[in-house]
Parts: sequence; structure tokens; C-alpha cells
Amino acid sequence: MERKINVPISKEDAKSLRAGDYVYLTGTIYTARDAAHKRMQETLDAGSPLPLDWTGNVVYYMGPSPAREGYPIGSAGPTTASRMDKYTPRLLDMGLGAMIGKGKRSQAVTDAIIRNGSVYFAAVGGAGAILSKRILSSEVNAYEDLGTEAIRKLEVKDFPVVVVIDSEGNNLYETARKEYAREI
Amino acid sequence: MERRRDCNSSPFFLKAGKARRASLKKIRTEEITRVVKEMCMEANYSLSPDMRACMERAVESEKSPLGKQVLSQLEENLKIAGEEKIPICQDTGMAVLFIKVGQEVHIEGGSLTEAVNQGVREGYREGYLRKSIVSDPIERVNTGDNTPAVIYYDIVEGDQLDIVFAAKGFGSENMSRVFMLKPADGIEGVKEAILTAVRDAGPNACPPMVVGVGIGGTFEKCAMMAKHALTRNVEEASPIPYIRELEKEMLEKINRLGIGPGGLGGTVTAFAVNIETYPTHIAGLPMAVNICCHVNRHVHRTL
Repeated sequence: MERKINVPISKEDAKSLRAGDYVYLTGTIYTARDAAHKRMQETLDAGSPLPLDWTGNVVYYMGPSPAREGYPIGSAGPTTASRMDKYTPRLLDMGLGAMIGKGKRSQAVTDAIIRNGSVYFAAVGGAGAILSKRILSSEVNAYEDLGTEAIRKLEVKDFPVVVVIDSEGNNLYETARKEYAREI
Repeated sequence: MERRRDCNSSPFFLKAGKARRASLKKIRTEEITRVVKEMCMEANYSLSPDMRACMERAVESEKSPLGKQVLSQLEENLKIAGEEKIPICQDTGMAVLFIKVGQEVHIEGGSLTEAVNQGVREGYREGYLRKSIVSDPIERVNTGDNTPAVIYYDIVEGDQLDIVFAAKGFGSENMSRVFMLKPADGIEGVKEAILTAVRDAGPNACPPMVVGVGIGGTFEKCAMMAKHALTRNVEEASPIPYIRELEKEMLEKINRLGIGPGGLGGTVTAFAVNIETYPTHIAGLPMAVNICCHVNRHVHRTL
């Protein structure tokens, strides 16, 4: 099913999505990948506040290539989400609304998605040029010293994603593969 | 790239008065830097014709509607990348180079390795490519210019410098494997290992993938062959008859796994399986599977 969803994402919207839905996201999202997650974890461990409140927000696991003059951003496709698995349940329990990445997630992440009524989207990996066209603006929000791994605030319009894990724990990677598998 | 045939040859003298004429071709490091810089940019904006042809055929043959949609998006992505010089993928890779240095080549102007790294440095800066290299695997501070490259040198006969550049993304690199099989595992063991690696990689490796396989040699030799196999034209089969059959059989089996474009289910999971082999030890059957995403970027130049 095709859906258009505004982000930050409401609990109702997140819970209404089902694995396999093709979704266009419009609004504000934030990037964070390996180094930003590690630093957020260390910040929380030290008892300090994070640079932004993730409640209802959507994280995009992405580190862009540099923008050419006149462009808001460079190539901007998803990175492999499982590298963030170690840090993700804690952020979900703090209210993280949804995630955009690519690839499998751990059982602990799936459990946290169900527990918090969240959702995991996949964008098409390796489609960074076309995805950059759906990003209207980009500015560094925190951790500027991390370069491409800084946390960026992005304004997106009709950013195309697919629901891979929904709030009930249904997993498109597992169901879709079975549908087309013809292993002997 | 033009091939220089005149070689700027000059006589040179061996010691002890035994003189002989030899044609030594001189290549300046500045030229190597310039060529490597161009290769970095070209590889990241456009795929080779064989890879593009695979993509076009896949859009036609894919059975899953969502898979077809993903492939169309990838085709459109290639078009935008080429036209606007936006990298095909934001992971513009770690620079991997296979360089064959002819014995009759004389490099002038400094270090060959430094000339290559300077080319990578300039290419990634001027090409608006992402700098993805950290100086230490544990301390992880970005070097800021995507160097150093991983360079494999081979000394060969002749008077040419042959350079293959690959921009290797790590989504797929992370899903690659080395298997130290036993001789008794035989070809069936090889087949199962390839399928295991691809099955485990699944959506993480950005399918449709190209699967590079190295069989034989030693622990590191098979991994290097697997990486090199990724740079072979995906429409060319192995010259070894039984390997050619194996490549064909494995591609069919992989495409029956159901993983599909983007891992979202479908009938096109891989574009090609490229296999290289090498003699090995009586006690071993080492093999490696190096997976590349659909953005299989490599450029070849000869100086």
C-alpha cells in the first residue's frame, strides 16, 4: 500500500504502517551513523543530555558525499543499519519515532520496535543520487567535527522508503524472500 | 587513455662495462597522479557498459513488482549520477588498485605509491567524493582525503603500467568471507560456501550483487583473487571450462534464493559470479567470496 506520512512521525502513523507499505516521507529528519551513535551512547553513559530530543523524530542512517555548489547535499543513500543495532534499543526506549536504513536488524532492535510502537524503513541502497533529489535542505545539527558522520537536520519531500519492520514485528525481508525463493 | 609506443627509450649501461641497449619506458609520477585522479571520478559517476547492460536486462526480467520498482530507481539513479556528476552512491569507497608494473618501465619524479595516493587525494577532493578512510582501525580519525589506498603491485614483463582502480563500498565488503575448506569438501563445498555467503549477506550487501570468488592459493591469495574477480567484465565468462559452468550454475542458484533487488524479494539477486583460481597446497582448499553491491565500480587504464 502507498502512503504519504509527515515527519516527525506520530505514534498513530507509526503504528498504522505495515511491512511492505511503500511510504513517502515529508518533513524533518536527522542523520546519524556509526560515530554519532557511539558519541550519543557515551554522552548518555556520562549522564549528559543528547544534542537533540529524539522523541517522535526519524533517524536516517546516512553519511552524505560533499555537496556541489548550488546543491543542498551530495549523494545521500542509506547505510547498513545493523551497525547501529548495539545503540538502537536505548534510543527507541527514549522515544525515537522511526529509522531509515538498509539491511537486517537484530532481534533486540525488533523487540524494541514492538515495545515502543516504532517502525524501521529501508531506502534503496546505492541510490544516493536520486535520493538526494528528495532532500530540500541540509544543515549540521551536532558533532560537526565528525564530518560526514555529523548529525544533520534534513528537510525532505516525498522521500521514498519501504516499511521493512512494522510495530507488530512483521519483517518484509523475511516474508518477501520466501515468496520468491525457489531453492532446490 | 593513449598507449605510448615510442617509449622515450634511451640506452642504459650495465655495470662492468657490459653495455646493452634496452628500451626503458619513462613514466612521470605526475602523469600517474593525473590518471588515478580521473579514474576515481569516472568510477564514481558512471558504471562500465557491461554493468549498465546487466541493469537494463534485470529491469526486464525481474518478476517482483517491488523489485522492478527498485531496479527502475537504480537505473534513474545512474542517469542522474552521470548527468549531474553526483556520486552513484554516497559510499564512494575505499580506493583499491591493482597495478601491473612492466619490468621495462622506469618511474620518474618520486614514489609511485605516493603518486597514486596523490591521485586519490585529488580525485576525491575535486570530484566531491566522500572521504571514508580512518587513519587507525581502532582510534578511527578520518584522514580527510580518502587516503591511503589499498594497492597491489605485480611486476610483469613489458613496458607498460597497467592500472585497475576499484572504489569498494563497505556495505558489501562487510558481508564478504574467507573459508578454509578441506580438500575433501571439493566443488560441493565451494558451492555451499558461495551460497552461504550470499544468503547471509542478503539485503545488507545492496543486491543485485556481483559475487567475486577466489579459489586456491593461500589464505590471503584467495581473498585477493576474489577482489580482483570483481573487476572482470561481468559479461565475460572464465576461460576455464569447468569454472565457466560453475559460474553459470552459481548465478542461477543465487537468483533462486529470492533475496531480490534491495533485498525486498525477487528473482534478480546477482548480476554475475566471477571466479578466479590458483594452484594450492595438498592440505588445503582456501576460498574467498568478496561481494560487491550493484554499484560495482572499476576503471582500467594502461600507460
